[in-house]
Amino acid sequence: MNSEGLESKRSAKSRRGPLLAAGALLCAAGALAFIAFGRLGDNLIYYWSPSEMLAHGASAYGPTIRLGGLVKPGSMHWSPSHAELRFVLVDGESASAASIDVLTSKTPPQMFREGIGVVVEGTFDISKTFRTERLMVNHGNEYRPPRNDAEFKDMLKRAGNPEAMR
Amino acid sequence: MGHTTVGYALVLFGLACAAFAGTVGLAGGLLRNRNVTRAVRWAIYGFSLALILSNLVMVHALLTHDFSVKYVAQVGSRATPTIFTIVSLWSALEGSILFWGAILGFYLGIFALRYRNEHQRYTTLTLGMMGVVATFFAVLIAGPANPWVHLANPPIDGPGPNPLLQNHILMIVHPPMLYLGYVGMVVPFAMASAALLRGELGDAWLEPLRRWTLVPWMFLSVGIILGGWWAYAVLGWGGYWSWDPVENASLMPWLTATAYLHSTMVLERRKSLKLWTIALVLACFLLTIIGTFMTRSGVFNSVHSFTQSDIGPTFLVFIAMILAFSIALLSLRGSLLVAESRVQSMLSREASILFNNLLLTALTFVVLLGTLYPLITEGLLDKKLTVGEPYFNQMAVPLVLGLLFLMGVGPSLPWGSADPKAAARRLMLPTALAVGGAIAGAAMGMRGFMPVLAVALAMFAATVSLRALSQPARERMRKNGDSILQALLHTARHARQRTGAHIIHLAIVIIVVAVAASRTLQIHETRTLQPGEVVALGNMQLRFDGLSTGREPHRSWISADVTLTHADGARTVHKAGAGPRMNFYERSTDPIGTPLVESELFRDVYVSMLAFDKTTGSASFNLWIFPLVGWLWYAIPFVVLGSLISLWPRRRKVAAPVPEASASASP
Repeated sequence: MNSEGLESKRSAKSRRGPLLAAGALLCAAGALAFIAFGRLGDNLIYYWSPSEMLAHGASAYGPTIRLGGLVKPGSMHWSPSHAELRFVLVDGESASAASIDVLTSKTPPQMFREGIGVVVEGTFDISKTFRTERLMVNHGNEYRPPRNDAEFKDMLKRAGNPEAMR
Repeated sequence: MGHTTVGYALVLFGLACAAFAGTVGLAGGLLRNRNVTRAVRWAIYGFSLALILSNLVMVHALLTHDFSVKYVAQVGSRATPTIFTIVSLWSALEGSILFWGAILGFYLGIFALRYRNEHQRYTTLTLGMMGVVATFFAVLIAGPANPWVHLANPPIDGPGPNPLLQNHILMIVHPPMLYLGYVGMVVPFAMASAALLRGELGDAWLEPLRRWTLVPWMFLSVGIILGGWWAYAVLGWGGYWSWDPVENASLMPWLTATAYLHSTMVLERRKSLKLWTIALVLACFLLTIIGTFMTRSGVFNSVHSFTQSDIGPTFLVFIAMILAFSIALLSLRGSLLVAESRVQSMLSREASILFNNLLLTALTFVVLLGTLYPLITEGLLDKKLTVGEPYFNQMAVPLVLGLLFLMGVGPSLPWGSADPKAAARRLMLPTALAVGGAIAGAAMGMRGFMPVLAVALAMFAATVSLRALSQPARERMRKNGDSILQALLHTARHARQRTGAHIIHLAIVIIVVAVAASRTLQIHETRTLQPGEVVALGNMQLRFDGLSTGREPHRSWISADVTLTHADGARTVHKAGAGPRMNFYERSTDPIGTPLVESELFRDVYVSMLAFDKTTGSASFNLWIFPLVGWLWYAIPFVVLGSLISLWPRRRKVAAPVPEASASASP
C-alpha cells in the first residue's frame, strides 16, 4: 500500500485521528438516534376507528388520536355564525355502527361533506365529544382498482354494465 | 385474442431476454469471458423493445377502448378525454408496473447502446446486473401484477381513471418524471455492483457512474417538486408537502443520491470515501425499490390489507435479496476499495462534503424511521399508530439548516487544507449578507428563530454560489474584454460541473426561502359569503358574485364566481368555471375541487371553495395569500439547467468548431 509511506511520516497524533473520528461518528449517530426516538415518542398518534376508540374506554381520554370513519349522513350542523361544526363519525354505513360526536372550529377541506370518509386528528374526553382542529379527507394518491371479482362486478354494475347484470 | 395476446407475449419475450441477460451476463462477467457480451447486449435490446412495445399495445388498447383487456375495463372510459386516457396507463397498479417496465427498457437500451464499444471491463457484469433487475420486474408484470388479463364478456364502458388523477394537467407529467427518477437508479446500481463484483473501481468508471446518477437525480428532483405542485393545485388545503409516506418514499432516494453526487467528488479528486460512495449508490437503489413497494403495494393503508395485494410479498422478497446482496458485496469486496488518501484537515472541501454526507444520511434515517415506524408497530405489536408531522419538522429543519450552512462553507474552502485566515476572508461577504437577510426577513414580518435563520443561511449560500458563478466571468471580461454573455458562456463551458452545481445550489436556496416565506408570512381567512358579499384579505378584497354551473364531457362542475380587487385597484374577474370550483365525475361519489390560484411573481392568492348552499346561493371559502410560494416550482428550470450543464458532454478536441473552445478542457 502506498499509503503506508505517508503514514509513517505522520505523527502518532494523526494516527489516532481515524479512531477519534470513528468515536465521534458513533457518538453523533447515537445522539441522533436518541433525539429521533425521543421526538418520535412525543409525536405518536393513535389511529383508531370509532369502535376501536370506544373499546379503549377511559384510556382514550387525553392522547392525540387520529380517528377515521364516515361522516354520518344528516349529522352535519354548523353553529349559527359558522364558527363551529358538529358532525357524527361512524365506523360504517350500518345503523348499528359505533358513532362519535365530533366538534371542530376549523373549516373542513373542500371535499368534506356527508357520507365521505374522513380522518380527524384531535382528542377525546369524558364529555364524549371528540375535539379536532385537523380534518383530512381520505384521498388515495393512487386509485385502487377492485381487489376481487365481487368488487369488480359491483363497479361494473354501478357503471351500468350488462355483464354484471347477469 | 388481440391486444391481450400480443401484449402478454411481448412481456414473456422480455422476461426471457432479461433472464438470459441476467444469467449469461453475470456468469460471463465473473468468468471474464468477453465473447458473451454481444449476446447479452442483444438480449437487453430485446427486453427494451419488448417492454416498450407492450406499453404501446396497452396505449392502443386504451385508445381503442378494448374493454376485453381487464385493465382497460378498470381504468378506461369512453367519456374520458384522450389525453387522460393515455395517462390512465399509469393510473392503477398493473399499468404503472408495466410503465415501470417500459422506462426500465428505455434506460437499459440506451445504456447498452451507449457503451457498446467502451468500458468493456465492466459492461458485461453491468448488463448482467441490469438483466437481473429486469427479470424481477418482468416476472412481476407477467405474474402478480399482470395487466394483460382477458375478459370473456367485455363491458361496453368502463369507469375511467381515478378522478383525482384526471383533474389536473400536472398528473400527466408528474408520474413519468418520478418514474424516470426511480427507475433510472437501476443504472448506477448495476454499474456499482459490477465494479464490486469485479473487485475494482477504476477512475474511468467514476465519471459514467456520476452522469448516470445525475440523470435520474434530475428527474427525481423535478418529479418531487411537481408532486408538491399538484397537491397544491388540486387538494385545496393550501399545502404542498405533508410528510406523507408516498412523499417520503420519493424523498429518501433523492437524499442518498444527493449525498452520492457530493461524495463522488471526493472520490474522483482524492481517491477516498470509495466504499462509502459505492454504499450510497446501493442504498439509493434499495430505497427506490422500497419506495415503489410502499406506494404500490397498498401497505400504507394497513399492514393487514397488504396481504390482499399480490405484489407485496414479491417485492419484500426482492428487497430482502437486494439488501443481502448489497451487504454481502460490500463486506466481501469492500476491502478491495481501499482509500488512497485520508481527509487531512477539518477545514477543507472534502471535510465539508463529509459533513454534508453525514447530515444527508441522518436526514434519510429520520425520514425512514418516521415512515416505517407505524408499519413496525402495527406488524409486531398490532398497534395502529401514525407519526405526526411535527416529528418530521422538528427533526428535518435543523438538519436542512446545517446543510445550507455547508452549502456556503464547502465551496469556499479549497481541497486539502485551508488557511483559516483566507477562509474567514472569503466568508466575510456571505456572512454580512446573511445578517442582512435575517434583518430583511424579520422586517418583513417573519417571526421565530428557525425561519429567520433559514433566510440568513439561504443568503449565505446564495452569495457563495453567485460569486462562484460570476467571479470567473468577471475576470474574463476584464482580461479579454468579453461581453457578459460571452464570459458567462465561456465559464459555463469550461467548468461545467461547478457551474451546474452552483445553479442547482441556487435552486435549493430558492426553495428554502419559498418554504420559509410561504409558511410564516401567509395570510389566512375562512368565510361563508352571500352573493355580493366582500371579504378583505391582507391588502386585497374578494367579492363573491354567485354560483355558476357547467358540463364537460367527463364531468360537471359548480363554480363560485369571484372578483379580486388588488391593492392598486386592479380587478380580476373569475367566472363561469374559472373561479374556485368543485368537479363531479360521473362514476365517483366524491367531488374533486379545483382551487383558484392567482399567481403573481412574488405571491399567490389561493381561494378554495369548501361548501356551497344551492338554496341560498351562499358558499364557504378558504382564502390564503402565500408569499413566494410559486418559487418552489419556478426552481424547476434551475434544477434542470444546472443538471444539463453538468451533463453536457465534453467537446471532443477534434470536433471543436470554434478555435478558442478547443483548448484542453479544464476541470
